[in-house]
Amino acid sequence: MTVHSTSPQFKQNAARALNDSQLQKALGNVKQGFIDKRQAAADKLPEFEALRDAARDIKNHTLEHLDLYLEAYEEKVKASGGHVHFARNADEARDIILRICRDAGAKTVTKGKSMISEEIGINHHLEAKGIRPVETDLGEYIIQLRNELPSHIIAPAVHLNATQVEEDFRRVHTHLDAKRDLSEPVQLLTEARAVLRERFLAADVGITGANFLVAETGTSIIVTNEGNGDLTQILPKTHIVLASIEKLVPTLEDASQLLRVLARSATGQEMSVYTTFSTGPRRSADADGPENYHVVILDNGRSSMLGTSFEEMLRCIRCGACMNHCPVYHAVGGHAYGWVYPGPMGAVLTPSLIGVDKAGHLPNASTFCGRCESVCPVRIPLPKLMRHWREREFERHLTPATVRSGLRLWGFFARRPALYRLATRAAMGALAFAGRQRGRFSWLPMSKGWTKYRDFPAPQGETFQARWKRERQGGRA
Amino acid sequence: MSARDDILGNIRRSLGVKGSETIRKQIVADRLERAPKGVIPKRGQVSGEERIALFKTMVETALATVTEVASPAEVPQSIALFLRNHNLPATLRMGDDPRLKAMPWSETALEIAHGPSEGHDLNAVSHAFGGIAESGTLAMVSGPDNPSTLNFLPDNHIVVVSAKDIAGDYEAVWNRVRFAYGKGTMPRTVNWITGPSRSGDIEQTLLLGAHGPRRLHVVVVRD
Repeated sequence: MTVHSTSPQFKQNAARALNDSQLQKALGNVKQGFIDKRQAAADKLPEFEALRDAARDIKNHTLEHLDLYLEAYEEKVKASGGHVHFARNADEARDIILRICRDAGAKTVTKGKSMISEEIGINHHLEAKGIRPVETDLGEYIIQLRNELPSHIIAPAVHLNATQVEEDFRRVHTHLDAKRDLSEPVQLLTEARAVLRERFLAADVGITGANFLVAETGTSIIVTNEGNGDLTQILPKTHIVLASIEKLVPTLEDASQLLRVLARSATGQEMSVYTTFSTGPRRSADADGPENYHVVILDNGRSSMLGTSFEEMLRCIRCGACMNHCPVYHAVGGHAYGWVYPGPMGAVLTPSLIGVDKAGHLPNASTFCGRCESVCPVRIPLPKLMRHWREREFERHLTPATVRSGLRLWGFFARRPALYRLATRAAMGALAFAGRQRGRFSWLPMSKGWTKYRDFPAPQGETFQARWKRERQGGRA
Repeated sequence: MSARDDILGNIRRSLGVKGSETIRKQIVADRLERAPKGVIPKRGQVSGEERIALFKTMVETALATVTEVASPAEVPQSIALFLRNHNLPATLRMGDDPRLKAMPWSETALEIAHGPSEGHDLNAVSHAFGGIAESGTLAMVSGPDNPSTLNFLPDNHIVVVSAKDIAGDYEAVWNRVRFAYGKGTMPRTVNWITGPSRSGDIEQTLLLGAHGPRRLHVVVVRD
């Protein structure tokens, strides 16, 4: 059992998101910031496109030899004094982590940001067993206070405004002066820093994710801007790394190639502030660092994606560029997707992990505009993969009857070109005539889903095919 | 069957391989041994003064500050001046790095503490393993010489880096790590640090000093 999903209610979730004025205000920040910053970073590095190719090739090579790289990695972790645990599913991963925490006598556990930990729902599990998990990434800390899932894979609290964060801090940090000024974002940051500093110093176990695992050296890599992941892993006596099987890369050089595209694609930085390479527990002469180092490697359905068209999704390095550039994500935000992974990458990955019967709406929530694929640092053909899910959904008769009969009707005409041309010509002519006064329709039969939110522009009377034919002939003449 | 064998078995089934194929094993062993470099941006492929100038520019782009001194003997005065200019107390924590220890700290009024941080230090100094000009990144290695806690807990982190240790790209630093620790072996922690700690989690506004240092100051030492 993984985290509960509301993906089957995507349409209701989306409708609610569109009417949420706080959310719509916050989503404005996504559209403004991320896109320009990524473009500027890409423009500053002439080799950026070549690096994207290299990143894609490294991931493909690793996936094709994943069994062998996992074995090599495991051997290296053991050689450096660490432990490797394999988990088939979320249940097993949670049990392993709980066991390690109990062995360490843990009362509190600090956590670096990890999407896999959201995927397996570790926080609720630890809480239920009397261990207190504390998220330390500022965004994750905020959403933990609100008992929410992240709405973005690198900016978990992007759906919130500063006033909402202030309310949460006042509600939870009751030991502080009630009259303190929290009107500026920097005051919120300073307060969180002070509160979390004590948690860092008191924690018995630190759990981080991994952006990459390096087979050559048995190293786990985390990337942060805050430094929270580092305090999580160097202060407690035990460091647990939670990572899924596709995080493997062969060498430090390969990791360096991927790191060159990761931050640029995510936040537009040349390099994230902290890139940390951890190998085993502290050495005997070391003055700090964890005494125990455990890596939990999670499958949770990924090994079955290999060898299928969805194998390409396993290249994903979780930069968030696809959602930053997605008009659907801009409109509804991350929570509407109903599970852990939102946006285009979530629309492809979620059906693989929780089933297309539950998450079939997600790959349908796309206009196939292709912006996600155009910015993906590892060149995952996200629209193509969403289309594959739509085909599977149709094949398995999961699509609603009205949609199926509509598609069947369209299919009937599409297979008969003469009839199709005749029908579309008649329809476009009639619509052009009916809309000749206003140039648009605020109501059309059977089109409420469109006209409820915006007017439908009146066609000019000619079909696309007719115009195409005319212009091509004109061009030749 | 163990989870490990189950997962490896499922991967092999999906890939249509046995895991015992000699050719696949050779490909993997060869890649791990050779560690091919891939695409190295031209930007960092400069040497001498040009490389040091690029490093300093990129450090500042990452919102850290940088200064340069002519010899190790000038480092303590330079750091004391930095602290004074920012109205910071004249205290400084450091590890056992012999290069730092050999510097004339007694010429300053700085109160020096040694060993890892317990979370309440304002200022610390570390010696970098190297620098990377391509992105203005510092490469730090863990150990008693430069405990990793000094990189993250103090409010103000000062890092000394030798000009000769500034490389053009990450790959050159990995070569030095391999030379120092042995191929396939690493220190417990390697930290790449590019600028001071920051967060954009509140309304995507960039704020410095999230959990790590609020200030990062780099001292480049000529020898």
